[in-house]
Amino acid sequence: MLDDQQALIDLDGVQKEISLELLDDVAVGDYVVVHVGYALGRLDPEEAERTLALLGEAGLEAAR
Amino acid sequence: MKYIDEFRDGATARRVAGAIAAEAEPDHHYHLMEFCGGHTHAIYRYGVQDLLPPQVRMIHGPGCPVCVLPVGRLDMALSLASRPEVILCSYGDMLRVPGSGGRSLLKARGEGADVRMVYSAADALELARRHPERQVVFFAIGFETTTPPTAVAIRQAHSEDLENFSVLCNHVLTPAAVANILDSPAAREIGSVPIDGFLGPAHVSIVIGTHAYERFAEGYRKPVVISGFEPLDVMQSILMLIRQLNEGRAEVENQYTRAVTRLGNVKAQDLCAEIFEPRSEFEWRGLGVVPDSALQIRKEFGRFDAERRFDLTYAPVGDNRACECGSILRGVLEPTDCKLFGTACTPETPMGSCMVSSEGACAAYYQYGRFRQPVKSATA
Repeated sequence: MLDDQQALIDLDGVQKEISLELLDDVAVGDYVVVHVGYALGRLDPEEAERTLALLGEAGLEAAR
Repeated sequence: MKYIDEFRDGATARRVAGAIAAEAEPDHHYHLMEFCGGHTHAIYRYGVQDLLPPQVRMIHGPGCPVCVLPVGRLDMALSLASRPEVILCSYGDMLRVPGSGGRSLLKARGEGADVRMVYSAADALELARRHPERQVVFFAIGFETTTPPTAVAIRQAHSEDLENFSVLCNHVLTPAAVANILDSPAAREIGSVPIDGFLGPAHVSIVIGTHAYERFAEGYRKPVVISGFEPLDVMQSILMLIRQLNEGRAEVENQYTRAVTRLGNVKAQDLCAEIFEPRSEFEWRGLGVVPDSALQIRKEFGRFDAERRFDLTYAPVGDNRACECGSILRGVLEPTDCKLFGTACTPETPMGSCMVSSEGACAAYYQYGRFRQPVKSATA
């Protein structure tokens, strides 16, 4: 977290300063979706896991 | 990278492709429009089209901001750039699009204009702070993803009383364009492409939420699935659309639940509503004049509106006649139907906007899809 609603993000090893002005309550360790230098939304790890699980099921259905 | 690599797994993609092939009825057609250029790019980069059965066809939509900006609006930026007191800045791709007479902002820079590439609206603001003796104009383009950052910049300029910063606003609205495609008899007749369902944009929907699409499901009986940008997201969303169509449902479903909610980013929406208001009409390349499809800066912030500050008026300009960008943006023609494609028009020397942006259908075909047909027939 930096001053003026700025934050340092790690983009697969690349450090980039972005703005948090469009998103409240971001904490260190959160995943955010960044567009033209601004965090637009938060990424929900539980929902990501659920989607991956559904993807796995789609495959099983086809195999049956 | 976490939350990216898992959604690009090839083995899973082939299994989902198996499910799509098993569930898509052989005698049905599934014409699905991916609205967003980010999806067009992903579909070609990862060869998603090649994993789909022939009755499932992806139609590329107009969701590429660089592509849909008409020549007349670009000419406004070119005229501003030619003023000696102006520093004109914009996102990188925008600088390469040919305007009237094939002149781009980069060419204008070669002729001595002060044109600069910025990564974000905040960079443009910083230029204005550093050059108080110059007029810094941010040539703002984009859908609901780039609009909130422009709003932040204008609000910031307002609170700092920055006299030398203004915005040439070209922000456009996704739902208005979708409605236009569904409403316009021209778009329906010219190519007679019936669209059966929509793949909804990822990042735009983070901002506007899934509720913005509910009227298309209810009013037009077209299923919409909001999809993430990774190839597995796209494939899962296609499967969800096929299931809706098979079951006769027309609903808004959200595949990209890890980032998109029903209401979207309300903070960003509120900020945009504070700074911008609807423009009664705006011309789109490909779609023509669409009512209530774009935003302009509110009167209260009028001193940051470049159109007011420099007394600019819009004059429509016809596209290069040989360029088929307009029909490609309506989903009526494919890039390979254009006689300029890959010959006179390439990403290095683009004739039309769809070849400039990596989100443009022509650029995606050129980068990833050029040799698809011959390879396919050789293996068939």
